[in-house]
Amino acid sequence: MNTAANPMLWLALVAPLPLGLLAWLKPPRHMRTVALAAGALPLATWWLLPQALEGALNGRLALGGLSLHWRLDALTALLLLLTQLVLLASAAYAVGHRRMAALDDASHARFWPLLGGLAFALGLIWVAADLLLLYVGLELMGLCAVGMMLLPGKVEAIRAGLRYLLYALVGSLAWLLGVALLLGAWGTLELAGLEAVAEPDVSTRIGMALLTGGLLLKAAIFPLHGWLVPVHASAWTPVSAVHGALVVKASFFILITLWRLLMPDAVTAAWALGMLGASAVLWGGLKAWRADSLKQVVAWSTVGQLGYLMLLFPLLAGTAASVAAMAWQATWLQLAGHALAKAAMFMAAGNLMLSTGASRLVDLAGTSRRLPLSLMTFGIAAVTLMGLPPSAGFTAKWLLLQAALESGQWPWVAVLVLGTLLTAAYVFRVLRCSFVEEAPRRDFHPLPRGMDLVPLLLALAAVGLGLVAEWPLAMLRQGGGP
Amino acid sequence: MSGAFFPIATLSTSLVAAAIIFLLPEGAFRARSGLNLAAAVLKIGLVAWMVRGLSQGQTYAVEFPVLEGLAFVLRADPLGIMFAGLSSLLWLFTTIYAIGYLEDSPNRRRFFGFFSLCVASTLGISLAGNLFTFLIFYELLTLSTYPLVAHRGTPKALAAATLYLRFTLAAGLVLMIGMVALHTLAGDIRFGQREILAEFGAEQRGTLIAIFWVLIAGFGVKAGLVPLHGWLPRAMVAPAPVSALLHAVAVVKAGAFGIVRLVYDVYGAELSQALGLLTGLAVIASVTILYSSLRALAEVELKRRLAFSTVSQVSYVVLGIGLFGPLGTIAALSHLLHQGLMKITLFFCAGNYAEELGIHRIDELDGAGRRMPLTSLAFSVGALGMIGLPPLVGFLSKWYLGIGAVQAGMPWVIAVLVASSLLNAAYFLPVLYRLWFCPGPDQGVGAWPQERHLGRFETSSWLLLPALATALFSVMAGLLAGLPFSPLEWATRVVSLEYLP
Repeated sequence: MNTAANPMLWLALVAPLPLGLLAWLKPPRHMRTVALAAGALPLATWWLLPQALEGALNGRLALGGLSLHWRLDALTALLLLLTQLVLLASAAYAVGHRRMAALDDASHARFWPLLGGLAFALGLIWVAADLLLLYVGLELMGLCAVGMMLLPGKVEAIRAGLRYLLYALVGSLAWLLGVALLLGAWGTLELAGLEAVAEPDVSTRIGMALLTGGLLLKAAIFPLHGWLVPVHASAWTPVSAVHGALVVKASFFILITLWRLLMPDAVTAAWALGMLGASAVLWGGLKAWRADSLKQVVAWSTVGQLGYLMLLFPLLAGTAASVAAMAWQATWLQLAGHALAKAAMFMAAGNLMLSTGASRLVDLAGTSRRLPLSLMTFGIAAVTLMGLPPSAGFTAKWLLLQAALESGQWPWVAVLVLGTLLTAAYVFRVLRCSFVEEAPRRDFHPLPRGMDLVPLLLALAAVGLGLVAEWPLAMLRQGGGP
Repeated sequence: MSGAFFPIATLSTSLVAAAIIFLLPEGAFRARSGLNLAAAVLKIGLVAWMVRGLSQGQTYAVEFPVLEGLAFVLRADPLGIMFAGLSSLLWLFTTIYAIGYLEDSPNRRRFFGFFSLCVASTLGISLAGNLFTFLIFYELLTLSTYPLVAHRGTPKALAAATLYLRFTLAAGLVLMIGMVALHTLAGDIRFGQREILAEFGAEQRGTLIAIFWVLIAGFGVKAGLVPLHGWLPRAMVAPAPVSALLHAVAVVKAGAFGIVRLVYDVYGAELSQALGLLTGLAVIASVTILYSSLRALAEVELKRRLAFSTVSQVSYVVLGIGLFGPLGTIAALSHLLHQGLMKITLFFCAGNYAEELGIHRIDELDGAGRRMPLTSLAFSVGALGMIGLPPLVGFLSKWYLGIGAVQAGMPWVIAVLVASSLLNAAYFLPVLYRLWFCPGPDQGVGAWPQERHLGRFETSSWLLLPALATALFSVMAGLLAGLPFSPLEWATRVVSLEYLP
């Protein structure tokens, strides 16, 4: 075991906190400052990858009488890398965004410590192997996210943010009750320990039901998604990007981790979760299709796309090993592709709105001529969301279809087909508006080049990931699979 | 090393051209045109090099894994390189034409960028080495043609583009499901590994038949098989070079080429025949040929008549596939090229009439032959070729289809061929009659709808030369059919190398 590895990991996890505080005192003026300050973090994770693959990174934190378990395996190392890249991109984008949107300096400065806290919380969630540590990460993440949503300071932002806070608190309450039940029944909070001793008896089931309810609420899974779209409506673009790409995914990650360990054979319940996902795909798609403003389209699209992830539950529970392996890889590929593409899409949409000064779809007329790069980025990101080749979304859909066909779970094939068609419908509704030529001339504000470049790189990464998918997926398989 | 270099380099010519075009400013007219033409010429050179190498027995292939047990494969085989040759040759002519056609119109950067992307997709389709890779480029083709169809931004263009998307995206999903089902059944089948499916036992026959028809439904939308052809005539609102490319090599041909790959390289002709799939294809193709010829007869707009003619002509390819035996196969493969050359000529000419004289309807063509003799000559070559007049290429296709039908024991196909040739004549000859024999505005009868004098000759040279060149190519492909590297000779070579039982 490499002795430098553990300190290195914790350095990479904790570093966002001081960086955020520093940026609070002295907000960065240029994107390259951000890149220089935080660019080392993904590199550190990259360096840690081989050791994470060997399973060499795990341990205990002793805090007084409490010992907290953590580990970094192939999946969580890749998720950490993804998180750092998306956060870095959003941070760089935020610098340009402040200038373009002429934000109040004081409230913009508060963005940085919250972003640092969020980065730390997400890292904590990925490495936690212990319900208590997970709780800390989850709470910190929720609070930072709410804080970021409140930053604009407008009435509707505060109203939506407080509603988000309420939902998050209810979710946390359910989570705490569930954890208490599990602790009472099995006497441990460590995930590996729980897996060894816990039986799916009544108390486990009730505990899991509470945990699941809380997490579904935090992950905005249908029908508990009510808070998601309003908070995005008035949030700043970089905040929306981080939230849609990462925050909701973390709750899903915890959910699937717990189910795999504690309820691996609960087929009926897994199907129920799958049905929730299916409804999310359809409902989110329909609402995105009917939405009037660009930001609502993107936000509703998150609700729909999260549904695909939920299909993992029925495809894991009680299916053949080959099916489970395919669904497992498909889900993480879908998650990564969606994270990159959704961040890119929020930023591209933000660029279009900043540049045209309007947010309705009909106001996009003429953008195809005047803002080709932002529109192109939107389109490339949409390719992943639609699951068209070559993109991570496509490769993931191929695997999901294969898993559904091989296990004979036909309903999911229909869900994938309808979801794709609905996504195409709302994406091309946006693009169609941009192609209209006879539009009133309006002033287009030019954007700094970096604000176009960051989302373009993210969108291209989502596309490219579809072609090089074997690289992360081979690591996932090596790391033990489902 | 060079085996991997050439497929990637050929694909990159158009991809890199597309990327640079998007980065160039809208006003960089000369740089964009120069880049486009240089890339097109370079690509023809690369494809020609691979044709030469293939005929000397070299292999060009590159692959890497995308998923466990599934690879991205680019491979130049004789069949694929044939389609690649057509695509790169027509890219050059269409680019020249488009430069002239879009002179001074807005959004040229977007147009040429997506145009190059569209050509890159057709090249990817031709070099794809398995169904997965094929699907990647097939869908990329859908995406890159949408902005071309919607180019003008008018409500009509946007509606046509939306209709096009509805058809093609739904078809792409159907195709994907079929491919995943086949993959689940048999794993990653490289094109040419016909033995994999041939070894399946009788209990899998039903599944194989079902998957085949699912895939045909997916390909059939782009190939314009009746009743899945509804998008094609509507997509005619696109600018003329787009229609030309769409009908000659890009979208419609991609569907037909997919069917060729499916039958000859995945299922294999023997298995397809044994499963009774070929007869079904022949019947669908015959229905499509007759129905769309009748529809063409009823159209009064020139481009729409050409569109329905495309639907019927592309189904000759499918008909040839349906005729079991080498002659039917030769007919199918060579017609893939022949139809491309003839149809692109016709669309170029239709565009010239519209640009120079403002003519869109057939009854406005009276006397246009004297006003625009070279364009009309090219149009006549294309039209007579479509009818099947010897020694033009269309005759060769029909001849091989006819004797292929006898060889396959399906004499009723000859009746279809005769009927369709008569229908072809019925909808093309009146056009020729109006062009050459009816007195028009130059004789003092009526007036041109909107006459412009675009160039020194009868119209701009950018518009005239591509039409003449492709017309010349289609004449030569017929006259010199016996020489090496003619479409017919290459198709025969493909068949004798790979598909002879």
